[in-house]
Amino acid sequence: MLQRIYDWVDERMDITPLWRDIADHEVPEHVNPAHHFSAFIYCFGGLTFFVTVIQILSGMFLTMYYVPDIINAYESVYYLQSEVAFGAIVRAMHHWGASVVIVMMFLHTLRVFFTGAYKKPRELNWVVGVLIFFVMLGLGLTGYLLPWDMKAYFATVVALEIMETVPIIGESLRTLLQGGEIVGAQTLARFFAIHVFFLPGALLGLLAAHFIMIRRQGISGPL
Amino acid sequence: MSEKNHNVSRRQFLTYTLTGVGGFMAAGMLMPMVRMAVDPVLDAAAEGDMNYLVEFDELGEEPIRRELTYEADDGWYESEQIETIYVYRDGDDVVALSAVCTHLGCTVSWEGSEDYPEMFYCPCHFGLYERDGTNVEGTPPTEPLHRYEYEIRDGAVYVGQSEPQ
Repeated sequence: MLQRIYDWVDERMDITPLWRDIADHEVPEHVNPAHHFSAFIYCFGGLTFFVTVIQILSGMFLTMYYVPDIINAYESVYYLQSEVAFGAIVRAMHHWGASVVIVMMFLHTLRVFFTGAYKKPRELNWVVGVLIFFVMLGLGLTGYLLPWDMKAYFATVVALEIMETVPIIGESLRTLLQGGEIVGAQTLARFFAIHVFFLPGALLGLLAAHFIMIRRQGISGPL
Repeated sequence: MSEKNHNVSRRQFLTYTLTGVGGFMAAGMLMPMVRMAVDPVLDAAAEGDMNYLVEFDELGEEPIRRELTYEADDGWYESEQIETIYVYRDGDDVVALSAVCTHLGCTVSWEGSEDYPEMFYCPCHFGLYERDGTNVEGTPPTEPLHRYEYEIRDGAVYVGQSEPQ
C-alpha cells in the first residue's frame, strides 16, 4: 500500500533523487561503531541534533499551555505541570533536554577538536559550530526566565548585570535585552519572543549550513 | 518451524526491524506530547458545581430576582462570574430561569414594563416571555429563556448549569 502511494507520487514528481541525495551515502569505516567500537565518539553530533529535535517538538507542545505574561506565566506552568496529563513529562523532557543538548554539544566539540576535524578545509564548519554553540547558550538563557519563578527571575537579574559590565555598550545591551527599566513584563515578553522565534530561526539556518558543509566536504579522515 | 521459504531477505529484515525500533522510539517520544495536547478532549467535561441560590422558604409563586456569584475555573485563570436568575415555586417544583434574553443577550426583568404585566420584558428590543419562560410569538426572541437545573439540599435551592428548555 505505502509502496504504491510512493510509486504514484514518484512517477509524477521523481522524488527518489531528492531523498537519495540526503540519505543515501556511505558511512566510512572509521566512523562506524560496528567496525571499531571507539567510533561511537562520532555519534555525538547526531545525538545533539536528535535532542534538538526533541527540544523543538516538546517546546512547540509546551506553548499550547504556556503564557508569556507576568500575571499568568507561573500559573500556566504550574497548571500544565500539575493538572495536564503528561504535562510534567513534556516539561521534564524540555527541562532535561536543555542540559543534555549542552553536554552532547560539548562532547561533539571535544571529538572534533581531538580528531583535528576543524582543520583545512573545514575551518568554516568549526566557525558555524561555534555559532550554534552560542545560539544554544542563548536558548538556555532565555528559556530559563520563562517559568517566572524566583530562580528564573534572579538568574536573569544576574545575567543582565553581567552583561552590563561589558565596556561601552554594556548598559545599552542590558536595556536592549531587558526591554524596560526593570526585569519585568517587557523582559518576559522579549525573552519569550527570542526563545521561541529568533533563536530557533537562527539555529535552523546554522544547522542547515552545518549539515550542507558536512555533505560537501565529507567526514574527516581517520587519525 | 515452517518448512516454507518465506523469502525475507537480509535487507528486508533490517528494514523491518529498524523501522520497528525507530517507530517505537518515535512513539515513546511523541506519545507524551500528543497526550498532553489532546488532554482537553479526553478530560471529561467537568460536572458544573451546584451553587447556593436561595432558601426554599423564600420562594413564592412570584418570580424573584437573585444574583448568582460563583468562581469560574478556566485552566490557570479563575474569575468571578455573576449571573442573574429569576426563581419561583411551581407547586413542589422550583423554576429557575436565566435572565439573559435569548435574542441578543440583554437582561430581562419580571414585569419590566407596565404594559405587559405577568411577563418577562426585555428593554432592548421589547422581547417578551411568559411566566414559564416561553417566548411570545411576534417578539424578537426565538427560543424560551434558559432554565437552570437545580437541587434542594437542607431547605436551600442550589443551581447548576442553565440549559435551553
